[in-house]
Amino acid sequence: MMNFLKEILSFLSFSEPNVKVVFWGSLVLCGISGLVGTFTLLRKRSLIGDVISHSVLPGIALAFILGKQKNLIYLIIGATITGWISTYLVDYITRNSKIKNDTAIALILSVFFGTGVLLLTHIQHSGNASQSGLDQFIFGRASAMNMTDVWLFAGAGIIIIISTAILFRGYTLISFDEGYARAIGFPVEWLKLILSITTVITVAMGVQAVGVVLMSALLITPSAAARFWTNNIRVLTILAVVFSAFSGVFGSAISYTYQGMPTGPWIVVVVSLIAFISALTGSKTGLLKSLLLRRSNNRKILKENTIKIFYPLSLQGTPEKYYSLEELSVASDTPVKILSKGLSVLKNDHLIEGNSSLGFRVTAEGRRESRAIVRKHRLWELYISRFMNLQPDHVHDDAEGIEHVITPEIEKELEEELNFPLLDPHEKEIPYDQL
Amino acid sequence: MNDFWIITTASLVALNTAILGSFLIMRKMAMIGDAISHAVLPGIVIAYFISNSRASFPILVGAAVSGLVVTALIQFFSKKVKLQNDASIGISYTFLFAIGIILISAFGTNVDLDQECVLYGEIAYVPIDLIYWGNQSIGPRQFWILFSTAIIIVTAVIIGFRKLVLTTFDESFAAALGINIVFWQYYLMASVSLTTVVSFESVGAVLVIAFISGPPATAFLITRSFKQMIMYAIGFGISASILGYYTAVWLNGSIAGAMAAVIGLQFALVFSIVKFRQRSRIQDIPVSGA
Repeated sequence: MMNFLKEILSFLSFSEPNVKVVFWGSLVLCGISGLVGTFTLLRKRSLIGDVISHSVLPGIALAFILGKQKNLIYLIIGATITGWISTYLVDYITRNSKIKNDTAIALILSVFFGTGVLLLTHIQHSGNASQSGLDQFIFGRASAMNMTDVWLFAGAGIIIIISTAILFRGYTLISFDEGYARAIGFPVEWLKLILSITTVITVAMGVQAVGVVLMSALLITPSAAARFWTNNIRVLTILAVVFSAFSGVFGSAISYTYQGMPTGPWIVVVVSLIAFISALTGSKTGLLKSLLLRRSNNRKILKENTIKIFYPLSLQGTPEKYYSLEELSVASDTPVKILSKGLSVLKNDHLIEGNSSLGFRVTAEGRRESRAIVRKHRLWELYISRFMNLQPDHVHDDAEGIEHVITPEIEKELEEELNFPLLDPHEKEIPYDQL
Repeated sequence: MNDFWIITTASLVALNTAILGSFLIMRKMAMIGDAISHAVLPGIVIAYFISNSRASFPILVGAAVSGLVVTALIQFFSKKVKLQNDASIGISYTFLFAIGIILISAFGTNVDLDQECVLYGEIAYVPIDLIYWGNQSIGPRQFWILFSTAIIIVTAVIIGFRKLVLTTFDESFAAALGINIVFWQYYLMASVSLTTVVSFESVGAVLVIAFISGPPATAFLITRSFKQMIMYAIGFGISASILGYYTAVWLNGSIAGAMAAVIGLQFALVFSIVKFRQRSRIQDIPVSGA
């Protein structure tokens, strides 16, 4: 492990000149895929990304056959053309026949890729010496880049970043609500076309680092990982770029350090791990976050349901009276197990005092709390029986759920709307604090 | 003789995938085949490595395990953390496929597998790997594996045909009749997984998808009954195997790649003919009132 870290550090220290090329190359390529991929994800076109990345292969092979050399610009142009044709064909087939979208995707993806493989093997067997390295486009090889390539990528990257920044509002609109974008006069078809060309160019360049097979992961995974941390599209985009660029550098460092390790798979594994960690710990929709939220909600509901038990009791006896666990259980028709859990929560929050041998009674704060929850319950019962014309015997269950989520503001509005009623639909008193 | 074995092997792949693919594309599940065929890779590699052989049983077990892992991952992302479905599929299978490729590179020297063969198979070597009965060669191993698979698949589909068709075309009607929809879904998925894993070795990951989606899609364009569609799909699949083989020989390129290309050409041809006839039919309709 130490050895591994040392190797990575030596990569990052740029001790060999070629390392700088690999570093900047993968940083730029993966960074812009993260940027463009955000919109691929939001427009739910993740699988179209898969089609494009497989379909650039025949373009690369054809560009080589026609250009007779491995000129990066030719290869990217070839890749862009077949990549774009593939997305066009998927849309065309879906629109003009009874073939479903996913079938069209699977068909175009595999046929284009198969054709690419056929052409590539044809070139390899033809004995042209300069073809060596063409197969690296399948799994990617960041270390094959040179400084000229990096400058080309950087130039294209800057254009993509600027155009995305200018068209950001439009892209955001067509990602979330195409119909609305059209209605307020955005040139939706143009925006879609530009976005699609940008995506294809990004993929065509990205296959240099990641390879055609796994390029789609670089479009989808960084923004999916970022999605767990934020609901803000700007933050989402930036996070996706950061995750993607980090994985790009880390993955190519591994493949550079260990001979024979392909770059693409390592980049994908690193970015997938980021996605897993985000899915677990992400601060917006991560698993941990939602578990905690659910726990705190359950605790609140348990607490409020338990304190409510004391309200009718406090009306009957003297406030000083202690009630045993069994008495409470019978009075509220609640199993002892749940009840004692609720009681320990209440005791923790100083809403009740006492213990299991002595019995329990509410504190002043607890009394206020129990009146509050009963008040919300009865206000709501009255509200829906009056405004929705429900029979009084139909309103209890609804109020039982809603009482836990009524905020003080809503409570105030209910009171005003109902003009501070004294009785609920069951002719029971609504307990106010100041009376 | 080599030509014969290669074409026969490919035709068996075409037969299995044409039958199952017809169901998959009607269920809008064509991409599931894609996900499975990529995701089984790490299991297969680990099985190769542990058993140190290409025996079929450990490989099937390994593939089944990684198949389960990818299903669990997709479920985790789409159900537990509520990620959109297409992204859940995309993340899960690319991750497993990447792990598989890394394992191949790591074990590369010990295991008789390489990165490219995973993608486009090695159908050209099928005739070399023979099985012997006593001293007598009875044909390539791959042929017999695919032949037994074909028998299993054809039997399974014939047995379940009525219920598979019902659950495919009208799920709620099938449910109303008391048919267990989930069971038949898994019945189909198990057949797809078996076919994918077995075909993997001869045609590779991506080209299984060509066979699953292509011939059934082409057949779907020109048929009206589902049985007819399956028959046509088998026909297209087998003819693509034959034409693909000779194309590959002619171009001196990958056989599986050529078969995929032919599948694409078949689709393009049928699609254009259908479009052309539709258009001329529309022009033939007399304009009323003229």
